[in-house]
Amino acid sequence: MIEQRFDAIVVGAGPSGNAAAYTMATAGLKVLQLERGEYPGSKNVQGAILYASALEKIIPDFRDDAPLERHVIEQRLWTMDDASHVGVHYRSSDFNEERPNRYTILRAQFDKWFSRRVRDAGAILLCETTVTELLRDPAGRVIGVRTDRDGGTAFADIVVLGEGVNGLVGQRSGLRPELKPDNVALAVKEMHFLPRETIESRFNLKQDEGVVIEAMGTITAGMTGTAFLYTNQESISIGIGCLVSDFAENQQTPYGLLEAFKNHPSIKPLLENAECKEYVAHLIPEGGYNAIPELYGDGWIVVGDAGQFVNAVHREGSNLAMTTGRIAGETIVALKQRHQAMSKANLAEYRRRLDETFVMKDLKKYRKIPAFLHRNKQIFGLYPKLFAGAAQTWLRVDGIDKRTKEKEILKSFRKGRTLPGLIGDAFNFARSWR
Amino acid sequence: MHIVVCMKQVPDSAQIRVHPVTNTIMRQGVPTIINPYDLFALEEAMRLRDQFGGEVTVLTMGPPMAEDSLRKALTFGADRAVLLTDRTFAGSDTLATSFALASALSKIGEVFGPPSLVFTGKQTIDGDTAQVGPGIAKRLALHQLTYVARIVALDPDAATITVERRAEGGIQVLSTRLPALITMLEGVNEIRRGTLESAYRAACAEIVIWNAAAAGIGDLGKCGLRGSPTIVKKVFAPSPRAEKVQQLPTADLPAEAVAESVIREIFKRQPAIEGDLVRFSAGQ
Repeated sequence: MIEQRFDAIVVGAGPSGNAAAYTMATAGLKVLQLERGEYPGSKNVQGAILYASALEKIIPDFRDDAPLERHVIEQRLWTMDDASHVGVHYRSSDFNEERPNRYTILRAQFDKWFSRRVRDAGAILLCETTVTELLRDPAGRVIGVRTDRDGGTAFADIVVLGEGVNGLVGQRSGLRPELKPDNVALAVKEMHFLPRETIESRFNLKQDEGVVIEAMGTITAGMTGTAFLYTNQESISIGIGCLVSDFAENQQTPYGLLEAFKNHPSIKPLLENAECKEYVAHLIPEGGYNAIPELYGDGWIVVGDAGQFVNAVHREGSNLAMTTGRIAGETIVALKQRHQAMSKANLAEYRRRLDETFVMKDLKKYRKIPAFLHRNKQIFGLYPKLFAGAAQTWLRVDGIDKRTKEKEILKSFRKGRTLPGLIGDAFNFARSWR
Repeated sequence: MHIVVCMKQVPDSAQIRVHPVTNTIMRQGVPTIINPYDLFALEEAMRLRDQFGGEVTVLTMGPPMAEDSLRKALTFGADRAVLLTDRTFAGSDTLATSFALASALSKIGEVFGPPSLVFTGKQTIDGDTAQVGPGIAKRLALHQLTYVARIVALDPDAATITVERRAEGGIQVLSTRLPALITMLEGVNEIRRGTLESAYRAACAEIVIWNAAAAGIGDLGKCGLRGSPTIVKKVFAPSPRAEKVQQLPTADLPAEAVAESVIREIFKRQPAIEGDLVRFSAGQ
């Protein structure tokens, strides 16, 4: 047992746990942070894109020393069939601003940096220490944690659960149910090393500029999922992920999908001569608003992936994690300053504050999207094929007149999905998106 | 009883690579670990402390980031950590390293009490020389017990120690007087995890940080590159041996037939072996 009693114990040293710990430590609270990995970031996997605004609210000068790879000046959205892709690209020199909006990062390095800042702020971090359960008093209030180390208990006024998507502590302690296979995606990622100059010439970049590609289509073999390719300084992150329930149903393997994606004619040249140095896999909570569990109770509060705070539509997660971590931290600091107990009733302020932010507003807006995408697999198979076919018919110059081509394209859509089907999809999609 | 364990932070050699063009070791992005052999030394030292009382001090020489390794040692359960760090030490070979560490050990003796035992691992996984431990022993006139597999007996009052030393062709049982220096073999124990309290203490602990002057080193000519007569002339990756793996079809064949086909295949490739075996079976 650690004799010292803490104001807060933070479980996990990812973006949400770090944001919470940093916010509380800078306000002078005694914070103990427990991380099961060998070092912060050793267990964490992300694409990864860092959205600056969420971090700026925590560490305004992060650009001075955070390990950032490239700032994103171009975003490519692709729908792909087996041989081609139809893309929307947006590239702007506006993104070369003084304080860029999005960066590619390597999480192992970034998390180490973030953790350094958290420790400099005064939080005590113990790694290779797994929290096994929450300790409660006879009234059921959470009063501390038990860890897998000998003599492993520590006590605090509140436990902040930033334990990630699996959330085993919360599950084991009955705070939330087990993850459902259709609420969670399994993503795999590889890191491919290439010389800086090669990346810059291949993607038409200068210095620290970066490109991100987000793709969907037949690459997920009819399953609900997306793929990505991000440019780092001297490497390319490439990955693909689908709902766990779809993997189970379709008997597909994630690495099989990734192999096929890497060998797609639109992707292969981008990876030519690259050396694969890393293969990782991770779960992503994608259940959205409706899957958000209980977020607080007597002596505990949930932040980040453990609270299902991921906007799957916009591929945002770490910014939601940091924001929920920060707001949980701010709520705890406010209660502390007002000498109020860390009770369920008082912690309701966390939810009220969250409701005012983009986190809850966005998740609420898209609350019907997970179910829509789950039910409408044609989004991932049929439509990309139809778009590609239409593009090819339209662009191929072969002596056929344009009106006939237009008719042919329309016919392919009607034949593929029928007119009521097309109208229904558009209507349902609009209603889910609203 | 005061025991000092000398450790080194090394790149994790399992993850190290040699640059294909320049033949230099690529250290970038390679995680660092405590030299694995040193962990056996640390655990053995802590077991003696637990049995006889006293303190374990860990000492390392290296860049400021070597502090991570020291904190890890404190997490395991060491009592105190000393980091010897100074640009002067850069480029040290084993001669200069043993000089700096021996000087720091003398200083540790002055400040925290003279050690009865100094431990090191049998060698490091990056240099593989096994010279630093004996170098320290020689400089400090400590009795030298290398490649120790087991500590048989220790009598702090009589200041004697008996150990088993693995040597070519057998095990030597050696007894000597303290203070002594032990280089510890691998596989003799397993490093403990460290309790939650020791992890917490390690996170909060002040590491003792000494530069050359603080360690009482006056003769800088014996430090770093200047004090290192060893010159690395060339580093290269050994070219892989061109050996092929072949799988022979053996499905449903009886064991004799499988053996027969394997032997036939070997003889086909290495006719000399066939000749040798024929001569051998003929009793020649």
